[in-house]
Amino acid sequence: MSVLEIKNLQVSVVTDAGNKEILRGVDITIKSGETHAIMGPNGSGKSTLAYSIAGHPKYMITGGSVTLDGADVLEMSVDERAKAGLFLAMQYPVEVPGVSVSNFLRTAVTAIRGEAPKVRTWVGEVKAAMASLNMDTAFSERNVNEGFSGGEKKRHEILQMELLKPKIAILDETDSGLDVDALRIVSEGVNRVKANSELGVMLITHYTRILRYIKPDFVHVFANGKIVEEGGPELADKLEEKGYAEYITA
Amino acid sequence: MSALTTNYLTPSGREEAWRFTPLKRLAGLHDISVDIADRISISNRDSLPAGVKLTNPLSTDFPPAYESNDVVTNRIRKAVQKISLLTIDNDLELAEPIFLARKAGSSAELSRVVIQAGINSKATVVIENNGVGEIGEEIEISLATGASLNFISLQEWDRSAVHIGQHHAIIGKDAQFTSYVVSIGGSVVRISPTVEFTGSGAFADLYGIYFATDGQHLEHRIHVDHSVPNAKSRVNYKGALAGNAAHTVWIGDVYIHKGADGTDTYELNRNLLLTEGARADSVPNLEIETGEIVGAGHASTTGRFDDEQLFYLQSRGIPSDIARRLVIRGFFSEIVTKLKSEELEERLMGRIDAELAKVGE
Repeated sequence: MSVLEIKNLQVSVVTDAGNKEILRGVDITIKSGETHAIMGPNGSGKSTLAYSIAGHPKYMITGGSVTLDGADVLEMSVDERAKAGLFLAMQYPVEVPGVSVSNFLRTAVTAIRGEAPKVRTWVGEVKAAMASLNMDTAFSERNVNEGFSGGEKKRHEILQMELLKPKIAILDETDSGLDVDALRIVSEGVNRVKANSELGVMLITHYTRILRYIKPDFVHVFANGKIVEEGGPELADKLEEKGYAEYITA
Repeated sequence: MSALTTNYLTPSGREEAWRFTPLKRLAGLHDISVDIADRISISNRDSLPAGVKLTNPLSTDFPPAYESNDVVTNRIRKAVQKISLLTIDNDLELAEPIFLARKAGSSAELSRVVIQAGINSKATVVIENNGVGEIGEEIEISLATGASLNFISLQEWDRSAVHIGQHHAIIGKDAQFTSYVVSIGGSVVRISPTVEFTGSGAFADLYGIYFATDGQHLEHRIHVDHSVPNAKSRVNYKGALAGNAAHTVWIGDVYIHKGADGTDTYELNRNLLLTEGARADSVPNLEIETGEIVGAGHASTTGRFDDEQLFYLQSRGIPSDIARRLVIRGFFSEIVTKLKSEELEERLMGRIDAELAKVGE
């Protein structure tokens, strides 16, 4: 049983025009097995929340705390956060030229598990995970994210999540740029990992579409750098119908 | 032979060809301010296969097959008595590389090497430069009709070494020349890979890798001369720099003469700055005298280490030092994997890792 606790988190981004405040006191607690949808309009700070938790150097924490099972996440380096059990599926996964997917996956799994996986079982593990995401085995010889389609990038993110087995996963706009088939495959991947583990999920999205495939236990509406309304799955239905207008003008 | 007197003039550092080079660190190779020995320092590492010979004939029996405007090359031609001559028989196809080891002496020296690849021969020649040395070198490489030659020059010198060299390839009809110039060691390395074509259908692929750390000067001056129709050339040099006063220079001159119709050429140089205080000069030049070409282009980029790549890898649990190594290996892999030799690939990647390990020490 793991708990990610975010308390009164305040974050600024460093720009040429000075520091700009983005998150204005975010509180959210995610436990193992729970799925929390964070929904909000563009520019509300959803991605900033995701990247701040993962430790992107562009963001400056100005107040509040983030803990995973009591350990101070904000004190950890980026790789230490991943080793502690956090995973960020990125909206725009980064190309790493000249580094093959197989080399990348093996290096990451070795770092997370603390020892290199046994060659015989590892090959089978990767193959099975790739097959369940409808990925061709030739995929592992390509360079990380280089020349990937939008759907391939997202499937590759979920593949990593399956292999790295985090405690808490943050999925940042994983649904963006996916057609219906790809969305279904990716969602099934998330649900499979949830079924096989105690994964807690923070699902960041603009649209309700992905919530048809990944059922949230809680819905948080995000606007202007903070959570402005919270509820159960029914809140998503209301957003589907009425949109974010009332939160933006408020 | 050109009789231009400027060929023998000691450079002052103001000349276009010498303006980047730290003349004071050249151990007198450019101005003969010290005694320079004429000794044979190239030998075969393993026994040579049948059809391959390494001999030391008189230089006068093998007059230069091209004109050079390089002052050091011309001094080498005047000074050396004997050359190192490597010949590869016609139609000989070798699966394994021929390794030549360069063992420099304790004082500055000049060396002239001639490599002749026979008609329709296929071979790989590797020159390993290790240890200490102060050397001025000319390597003249001739490819007869249909020959295919991979020429690999590894500068793995100790940090005190000085190496000035011209590697000139004369590429015959339908011949394929691939060169890999790898400069990692040395205090000053200045190599001029130059290429000319004597028959149509010829192809030159010029690859380079360099990694300069604190105080190293690594300079590569490429010149591709297209004077016959339907020849093709590709140039791709990649370099990394780290540390104070690490300096690299890349000059890429491509000249397409009148009558060289159907020429197809592209040259590329990419530099990766890993720290502050390093400097990469990159100067591509393309001169075209005919419009009837297939293509001609160049690109040059010099950029800093991409922090987004580092963040992505670290966010998957990979510690920053391993993440950096992955990115650097990835940067060079495009060229290293073209060596198509596991032994050489692993050796080079090991060298690159060792350079990277010095960064931040």
